[in-house]
Amino acid sequence: MESIIADKKTFKYAYFPGCSLKSTSKEYDISAREVASSLGVILKEIPDWTCCGATPAHLTMHILSIGLPVKILLQVKEMGISEVVTCCAACFSRLKFANDIMSKDQLHREMVSRVLSKKYEGEVSVRHFLDVLVNEYGIESISKKIVKPLKGLKVACYYGCLLVRPPEVTKFDDSEDPHFMDDLINVTGAEAISWPYKTECCGASHSLSNTEIVLRLSNDILRFAKESGADVVAVACPMCQSNLDLRQGEIEKRYETKINLPVLYFTQLLGLALGAESKNLGLNMHLVNPFKILQEKGLL
Amino acid sequence: MKWFIDSNTLKSGFIKEVEKSSSQKIAHCYQCGKCSAGCPIAYEMEYTPNQIMRMIQLGMKDVVLASNTIWLCVSCITCTARCPREIDVAEVMDVLRRFAYRSGVYPIKGRNVPLFNKVFLRNIEKYGRLFEMSLIGTFNMLSGTPFKDTSLAPKMFLRHKINLLPEKVKGIKEIRGIFKKAGKVSRAKRQSLITIGELIHNYLKR
Repeated sequence: MESIIADKKTFKYAYFPGCSLKSTSKEYDISAREVASSLGVILKEIPDWTCCGATPAHLTMHILSIGLPVKILLQVKEMGISEVVTCCAACFSRLKFANDIMSKDQLHREMVSRVLSKKYEGEVSVRHFLDVLVNEYGIESISKKIVKPLKGLKVACYYGCLLVRPPEVTKFDDSEDPHFMDDLINVTGAEAISWPYKTECCGASHSLSNTEIVLRLSNDILRFAKESGADVVAVACPMCQSNLDLRQGEIEKRYETKINLPVLYFTQLLGLALGAESKNLGLNMHLVNPFKILQEKGLL
Repeated sequence: MKWFIDSNTLKSGFIKEVEKSSSQKIAHCYQCGKCSAGCPIAYEMEYTPNQIMRMIQLGMKDVVLASNTIWLCVSCITCTARCPREIDVAEVMDVLRRFAYRSGVYPIKGRNVPLFNKVFLRNIEKYGRLFEMSLIGTFNMLSGTPFKDTSLAPKMFLRHKINLLPEKVKGIKEIRGIFKKAGKVSRAKRQSLITIGELIHNYLKR
């Protein structure tokens, strides 16, 4: 009975890709759309969306860091859709933070209306794609659509920072030991391993400005994942992915070690299990090649 | 003692300034050190986050704003999530950076971050969406490392991970308006990306 209700519900969301998904992490955008279409989730891209301001805005000017996301939320409202989905953990954090503050703080509403010349009171709800899949579409409904279980693949689910912190904003299961990505990975037939660096920081926005720090923090994460027996790392954030994947070669050189650990988006793994072809998931777009391990496990 | 803290510093009211801008009760900090224990970058900081909190309580504005700590903080929010006194330490760091930004004085170690932020925001103001080619190119030139990451570039081109041209956005006028008005509301002056002195320093330090 429950499944009938779930099947009948339409899952329609405004979609905010964000800047990274149009450049350094195109494969995240491609695979998210692929997963959405095979599950029947409608992602309607916001026309002419603009940047959320990311980290530099909130480090520089508070009102700018609220104004830029509110502009996007207003566009969602104009589309007549009540929920916006994003795949980027940083966009999610900025949009959700701005939305929360606008829904309860009169002073902010006044300040932002002076900047945008429009009124907004937090009417839109902001969701991360992972949250929509696990908590809205449901693990059970997804399990019914798995056609190619990822048997034998050990996955270290890496959540990073902005997907789980601050817990008052993100409101997911447990900010110290989250498991909603693990739940999703387990339903694909792969095994989400237990490991200690799930929510440690990769260095994120220091990627260009303090690269040494990123190399060190990302090395720790990759090393722990490897030591815990992971075949691949699963991520839900384009910055985590580029620090762990694009800079992995540099990390190996800097710390004189061999890591060779593919870093995939959870959407790519889910897509594989849903029967999508690898070329529709952008698996060839990573620097650390995931094909070898996937072929070894008989998944490609 | 490392510092002599005179009574004028103690009475300076810096703590009030920070508390007002951050809506956080800095006075509640009892120095348990939880923020610094979980901070992934504490190893690189001049002063750890809990030391910064104490310095704010003592009114040491100049030392705090000139420290590299506030620029090395990566906004991972671990400190906030774990503070037993429920102080949003990450927000306090944001407020300190905004103070420092307004003063325009940056510590030599850590100056790359405000430079990166300015280059990033100018990029958004100009294009509406991040144009990474321009961001990376401009930042590397100005930070004195023009050849940084050049080995990554061809690999990224081959995988279509970097666009040669910026994406066009219709709402660009509105974006520029937001920047302008936000600056006005915050009474922030528009700064140059970098001074000649800083630029020379960035190239000579190599």
